[in-house]
Amino acid sequence: MLGFIANNATNLIRKKVIVPIILFPIWVILYLNIELVVNSLVFDIFRLNKTSQLTEAIRFFIYEVPKVLLLLTLIVFVVGIIRSYFSPEKTRKALEGKPLFLGNIMASSLGIVTPFCSCSAIPLFLGFLESGIPLGVTFSFLIAAPMINEVALVLLFGLFGWKTALLYVSTGLLISIFSGWLIGKLKLEKWIEEWVYEVKAGKLLIEEEKFTLNYRIEAGYTAVKEIVSKVWIYIVIGIAVGAGIHGYVPADFMASFMGKDIWYAVPLAVLLGVPMYSNAAGIIPIVQVLLEKGASLGTSLAFMMAVIGLSLPETIILKKVLKYPLIFTFVGIVAIGIMIVGFLFNLIF
Amino acid sequence: MNIKILGTGCSKCITLEKKVRDLVTQHNIEAEVQKVSELQNIMKYGIMMTPGLVINERVVSYGSVPKDNQILQWIKEAM
Repeated sequence: MLGFIANNATNLIRKKVIVPIILFPIWVILYLNIELVVNSLVFDIFRLNKTSQLTEAIRFFIYEVPKVLLLLTLIVFVVGIIRSYFSPEKTRKALEGKPLFLGNIMASSLGIVTPFCSCSAIPLFLGFLESGIPLGVTFSFLIAAPMINEVALVLLFGLFGWKTALLYVSTGLLISIFSGWLIGKLKLEKWIEEWVYEVKAGKLLIEEEKFTLNYRIEAGYTAVKEIVSKVWIYIVIGIAVGAGIHGYVPADFMASFMGKDIWYAVPLAVLLGVPMYSNAAGIIPIVQVLLEKGASLGTSLAFMMAVIGLSLPETIILKKVLKYPLIFTFVGIVAIGIMIVGFLFNLIF
Repeated sequence: MNIKILGTGCSKCITLEKKVRDLVTQHNIEAEVQKVSELQNIMKYGIMMTPGLVINERVVSYGSVPKDNQILQWIKEAM
């Protein structure tokens, strides 16, 4: 994630437009040929036994790792460029004076594209409230920003296809819109720490300059460097765990406790997922395995959203500005929202 | 010269503080480097993303760790 830098930053950056234009066709060729290369590697060069479970596990691993990493690099690069068009200031400006429901929709959508990191949650929360944005709208943003995440999107797309990826984004939006709206309706402002209202936020003096295309591409590179270098290891470990289970655990193993017909599976998955803290990169390959071994889509999706959308560290950070009743209401509403989505999916699919 | 790093303790904030301190020592810049970690004080500068970099009370960047030569340029401008 790239922040904002005062003037003169751009003249340090040379022509960078040409590199991605050259790299993209190479990316496409690589991506389209992974399966071919992996299969000939496994079956023709190493001549592994086609029917053995170990072969299948190895093939799964060496196919999924480069595929997911390639997808991740591309999407993070594109998202990095898109995010350079957004900033917390612009988002705040867009949300000022918007009525409750429309505000919730906009805040949730902007939560996807605005640069955000959970360590900046408090300054952002204070900045929003300070400029008069309602609590419920602020919460829609704070729920959507971590829950709908580009790494999760890539992994879902890469491992399950575009339908699941789309379902993830749309249900994430629904949860953040309605949770925020409900928090707004409940009038919970009294449970914000008093000092919040005494903070006098200063005016930011940085003039946002007109960023050049070079600058935005640089932003894409920075995002790739920051995110890929941080999450690749989780992806490799996640896929390795996945490969192991893929090869060795019987296909209906999860069905008995995470299947569609088990009514308590969804609430249990959410209850387990809320205190767990992992990034999308680590949890999704595991979700893939759950699904493959007979867990239902609703239950698996609910588990994943609970893990990445609600996290203990984030709620601890929020404790600085919110009192416990508000924290519990927030976690409770979002958790119930995730459960409803889980049940709904189990019902439909 | 007064340089402040605004941040509550995220990893980027720590990276930036170390970077600025190293730069100041390496280039023999006479500057007082301060870490500001109280939220109330951070908010006075109006930033919504940490870390923030403030040189002589002017916010020059936030939400990112700028490159070395960029930081040096800001310091030169402020001198």
